[in-house]
Amino acid sequence: MASNGKLTGRQRLGWTVLTVVVLLYALFPVAAILATSFKTQADLGNASFLPSSWTWENYQMILVGDAQGLFLTALRNSIGITLIATFIAVVLATLCAYAIARLDFPGKKIILGSALAVSIFPVISVVTPLFNLWRNIGLYDTWPGLIIPYLSLTLPISIWTLAAFFRQIPWDLEQAAQVDGATQWQAFRRAIVPLAMPGVFTTAIIAFFIAWNDFVYGISLTSTEAARPVPAALAFFTGASQFEEPTGAISAAAIVVTIPVVVLVLLFQRQIVSGLTQGAVKG
Amino acid sequence: MSSITLQNLVKKYDDGFPAVNDISIDIEDGEFIILVGPSGCGKSTLLRMIVGLEDITEGDLLIGGERVNEKAPRERNLAMVFQSYALYPHLTVYENIAFPMRLTKGQFTKEQIDEKVQYAATMLELTEHLDRKPANLSGGQRQRVAMGRAIVRDADAFLFDEPLSNLDAKLRGQMRAEIARLQRELNTTSVYVTHDQTEAMTLGDRVAVLKKGLLQQIASPRELYEQPANLFVAGFIGSPSMNFLPGTVEGNVFSTPLGKIEIPDRAAKAGAGRDIVLAGIRPEFFEDATQLSDVQLSKGTTFTAEISHSEWLGNEQYAYVGYETDERVADALQNLAEEMDADELRTQLVVEVDATSRFRGGDSAELWLDTRRMHLFDPVSGENLTRDEEAGAELTREAREDRRRDAERFAAAKKD
Repeated sequence: MASNGKLTGRQRLGWTVLTVVVLLYALFPVAAILATSFKTQADLGNASFLPSSWTWENYQMILVGDAQGLFLTALRNSIGITLIATFIAVVLATLCAYAIARLDFPGKKIILGSALAVSIFPVISVVTPLFNLWRNIGLYDTWPGLIIPYLSLTLPISIWTLAAFFRQIPWDLEQAAQVDGATQWQAFRRAIVPLAMPGVFTTAIIAFFIAWNDFVYGISLTSTEAARPVPAALAFFTGASQFEEPTGAISAAAIVVTIPVVVLVLLFQRQIVSGLTQGAVKG
Repeated sequence: MSSITLQNLVKKYDDGFPAVNDISIDIEDGEFIILVGPSGCGKSTLLRMIVGLEDITEGDLLIGGERVNEKAPRERNLAMVFQSYALYPHLTVYENIAFPMRLTKGQFTKEQIDEKVQYAATMLELTEHLDRKPANLSGGQRQRVAMGRAIVRDADAFLFDEPLSNLDAKLRGQMRAEIARLQRELNTTSVYVTHDQTEAMTLGDRVAVLKKGLLQQIASPRELYEQPANLFVAGFIGSPSMNFLPGTVEGNVFSTPLGKIEIPDRAAKAGAGRDIVLAGIRPEFFEDATQLSDVQLSKGTTFTAEISHSEWLGNEQYAYVGYETDERVADALQNLAEEMDADELRTQLVVEVDATSRFRGGDSAELWLDTRRMHLFDPVSGENLTRDEEAGAELTREAREDRRRDAERFAAAKKD
């Protein structure tokens, strides 16, 4: 925003109004789902925003009740698969981005280009062939069967963000460390890694969100509770009878899966803060 | 502390371009050597070859008599101060200075590290900043932290890569004095890269002038100034730079676009029989003739010139005299200007006169020229035709004596 000087009263008013509008637009659906998750089955169709009587019924159902088996295993799958996919993506992307930012080798542009090409490929167009392939080689409905496609989603963006981040690191530091008596590995670990951490954290969180939010792969490449993640599992919730939509339970589950994301951002807020490299060089 | 010997060092990049071409320098133990030259002359590359951050294509590099071509930077035991300071932003000032010692596991106890850090901090007046992060320091303080990191090392030599270029002018002067004092006090061999000739002249025991990867001359600052080896060194050293006035020598008369100037026998002999030569005249070789006594006037030549404009600076005054250059040397001068990073070739004479002189633009002024000190250059080869080898060598010998005396003085002061 205004980088120099203070805002005038009118400007401030304008920005405030704009911020409120954007916040309302972004958060209203979340609030609506939150409110719905506290409604009773009978209350669902009452056309009012807040429940007429607050209830934990829906949460009980997915955490300890009928839907427990469906939801908790799905949650376990989601957490496990997403964490593993994120970890692998970040490790591979770190090595790859380090090489791209630091070394001069033929094919550098091709790597970046193909990473971009992969990421703009529509997921839906690969799902069907992947479905057949996975069934043939036995990866269908397994954790690796989801982790591998998730890597194709998370790796490109991780490589791009990290490469951009690594390019900003003053490499003089690495050379200074080497002159100071460090081996190449020591120089990397003691001078570069501490500076790279915020970038790696940010990338990890982005990768985590992407994998966590995936629906298409999750629903297409799984058939049982063995590997089905939460977004896909929500579609399999059933109401008490076939005429009842389990809207309340789905809302509750949606809120529960949002919590890790919020917690992650709050936890690593500090690491995400950039500006750590300020003052390393020049003035 | 060690000597460093560069033997025919060559650095060729993949495209075959020699960034450093056949450079040999003997750096004595405790000597302060400056590598100076316009950008792209290979001075930084040469420094990075010494420290081990660039591979050596050909030639030998000896530190303390031992060949170190293939050694990794950490095995060479040199300390380097980078242009960007290269401080570790996530570490405090204390940890930044202690960093090199932390890398040698077990070699230093905690107390030893603390003692050394405190010693360096005291020396550099950083004691009260030890707990701060580099981001919160001023430019000069960061610079001192970078030097602190070098001091605690007990390194064989200090290498400086344009360490002052990011500081403002005032601070630069202070830090320059600081570096000079530290170097003398520690008596550590130092190699210092700069493009600033004030730094080169004030800091160096000897200064190596480089151009396009080739060593032009290595000598004490005084020798470079008084007895430059060629046109490039003459033009590069000195500010404002030397005037190059084209002309022809006939007997003891030098015909220039500004008129005929009488020159001493020595110059006359050097310039005799040549089609055209360039006279190298430093601005301070001129003086306002009306202010001089007859005795002084008789030692040089007086001539009249029209002043185009003048600049009064308080302690001195520059007057400018325009002239038509000779086409036969226009190319040579243009080349020289490009090599020195100057924009265009000047066809005006810069004359430094006493601040009390009343020179105004448009005036016709009586100028006195100290012809004893001027040099004649061959415009094609750039060679200095009037260079006095022995006088030059004597100047460099004196500089070496000065350094030894300084070293003894500091050693004696330490004992007390």
